[in-house]
Amino acid sequence: MMKRIALLGMPNTGKSTFFNRLTGAGARVGNWPGITVDLLSAKVLLAGNMVEMIDLPGIYNLHGFSDDEQVVRHFLESQAVNGLVVILNATQLDRQLALLLQLKTLRLPITLVLNMQDEAQQMGIKIDIPRLSQALGIEINMISAKYGQGFGKARAAIESLIHQQTTPIHADASAFGQDDNIEIMLDRIVSDTVSTPVTLPPDISRRLDKLLLHPILGLPLFFLTVFLLFQIVYGIGTPLQDGMGWLLDWFKVHLLTPALSNAPYAIKSFITEGVFDGIGTVLTFLPIIVIFFMFMAIIEDSGYLSRAAYLMDAVMAKVGLDGRSFVMQLMGMGCNVPALMGTRVMRSRALRLLTMLVIPFSLCSARLQVFLFFTTAIFAPRAAAAVMFSLYFMSFAMAFLTAFVWRGKYRSHEPLLLELPPYRFPTFKQLLTEGWQQSGHFLRGASGYIIAGVIIVWALTHYPFNVPPASATTLAGRLASWMEPIFQPLGIDSLLSIALLFGFIAKEIVVGALAVIYGAGQANLSGILAHQLDWVQAYSFMLFTLIYTPCVSTIAVLKQESKSWWFTILAVVWPLGLAWLVSFIFYQSARALGW
Amino acid sequence: MHTTLDHLQPNQTGIIAAIDAGAELTRRMCALGLRLGRMVEVVRIAPMRGPLQIRIGHTELMIRRADAAKINITLNS
Repeated sequence: MMKRIALLGMPNTGKSTFFNRLTGAGARVGNWPGITVDLLSAKVLLAGNMVEMIDLPGIYNLHGFSDDEQVVRHFLESQAVNGLVVILNATQLDRQLALLLQLKTLRLPITLVLNMQDEAQQMGIKIDIPRLSQALGIEINMISAKYGQGFGKARAAIESLIHQQTTPIHADASAFGQDDNIEIMLDRIVSDTVSTPVTLPPDISRRLDKLLLHPILGLPLFFLTVFLLFQIVYGIGTPLQDGMGWLLDWFKVHLLTPALSNAPYAIKSFITEGVFDGIGTVLTFLPIIVIFFMFMAIIEDSGYLSRAAYLMDAVMAKVGLDGRSFVMQLMGMGCNVPALMGTRVMRSRALRLLTMLVIPFSLCSARLQVFLFFTTAIFAPRAAAAVMFSLYFMSFAMAFLTAFVWRGKYRSHEPLLLELPPYRFPTFKQLLTEGWQQSGHFLRGASGYIIAGVIIVWALTHYPFNVPPASATTLAGRLASWMEPIFQPLGIDSLLSIALLFGFIAKEIVVGALAVIYGAGQANLSGILAHQLDWVQAYSFMLFTLIYTPCVSTIAVLKQESKSWWFTILAVVWPLGLAWLVSFIFYQSARALGW
Repeated sequence: MHTTLDHLQPNQTGIIAAIDAGAELTRRMCALGLRLGRMVEVVRIAPMRGPLQIRIGHTELMIRRADAAKINITLNS
């Protein structure tokens, strides 16, 4: 029987860092019955046994009602374990020990790890380990997960835990119902074993807070930080993405196409434009996901993300979101996919879902390409700037409207009581692990859906194979003429609506698709568009493109992150309806005004 | 003198005298160190009637005004 150890602790205790160090890079997301969040688990060889380590979400209280607390309780109620590793922050023992005392009532073997040894030393906090260990009846090890100090002993303690309890057992179920009365015990143990300096030296964290949380300067500095973060992430990520695109293209043109030169047209097209382009779509996201998560880890682990929540709360609370939602919304202007994955920092499921509903309205760089092409083709240079501005405005307006409408359905019941931890700097190794894990997660969770989506659109635009792709007699062409009554009131003709279908794969290919549909080279396309469309039609098309589903990858990630088909369907249907309504109102009023 | 936490000015401290926040929120506050008899300091307040930054022992927290109003404070003389 597989041995199993669960890792538990409060948020911000370096639990995940400890987990990563213990398990190496082999961690993966596991599915547990009845649990809607991802739990990382990994198999580790400990004292000659294969042991499954599970990283449970950080919780403040065993009896709490937050989503994470319920997940942990559900896990401990339903799964047998050989023991628990509880990790606590040595600088905050005065309150964190409460969690350990609660966990003790489960009557499971426990070993305690005190993290942030270095910070405790810096703050002048002294802990009498032997005495604390005796008072609790639990083995204790001090570590610094960040620098790897004391790690060997903590590992040995887990091994002795397994020797002591050789078969997995269930927690004492009566502990979940009982209301704890541990206050007195907690205060006694803490005052006996922990000595802290009376006043803290005015450390750097507070001086930084004075500046970064300043009543007037705080918000501008926050916007500046997000702007710089954005510039760095996409400044590094976009060229890497382009490089990946170039490599894929090279592979397709020089290796794949010649290799298939003797194959029948349908097979050749299926492999190069269906399967290969699908895989290519997945791969081009990878560089940006790695970079994004490396930098998000800096922002999150440094403690600045909870400061962002503090700064933006007054505004965001009105539409049911918080400051962290706003950061993700801004990051979504580069690419929606990593921004959606980034919502994992929000621990309340309702808040997370509402944020995920809002992010796809962020005008991402792929949509920007379409808009730049259209505005230069159709509008005078002076009007073009105003048009672009209006689209960004619409992007925010739709996001806030959506949050406002759905805030009742996705109301977060968790009070916004957040810890503002001291500023910290993650090590480079931590950043690499984070980027690596998230890419793996994206590949496993979303790639199948993305490839399937690309193949479906390929089939629609290429079948039957004896006519030119995307022409009126293909499935897509027939679909477009069938949908004409829907799109005609928006001023979007059937040729443009085929382009919208392509835009479903990725907005980057809309302009290229239009060139194919109009049977023109990209160079002549602007002339043709300017000739065929007036500005009202063009703007209506842009509004629709802005608001409807960004791309198949976004949908795949919405499904992967929400683990709910209902939510995914809502996140597709709502923007589609909104896109239609906004384009309709715009087009019909513009025409009514005689434009 | 008695008041509620949301009425404290930055740099002002007080002792938590009572928490009137319902079982769930009280539990959460407790886990974060907001317990009866503890000293709490308001560090700063966000503009536009935003949340408060408070300090209890070594822990710093943000708390919304509405939630802070549920914490009764005895002011240090």
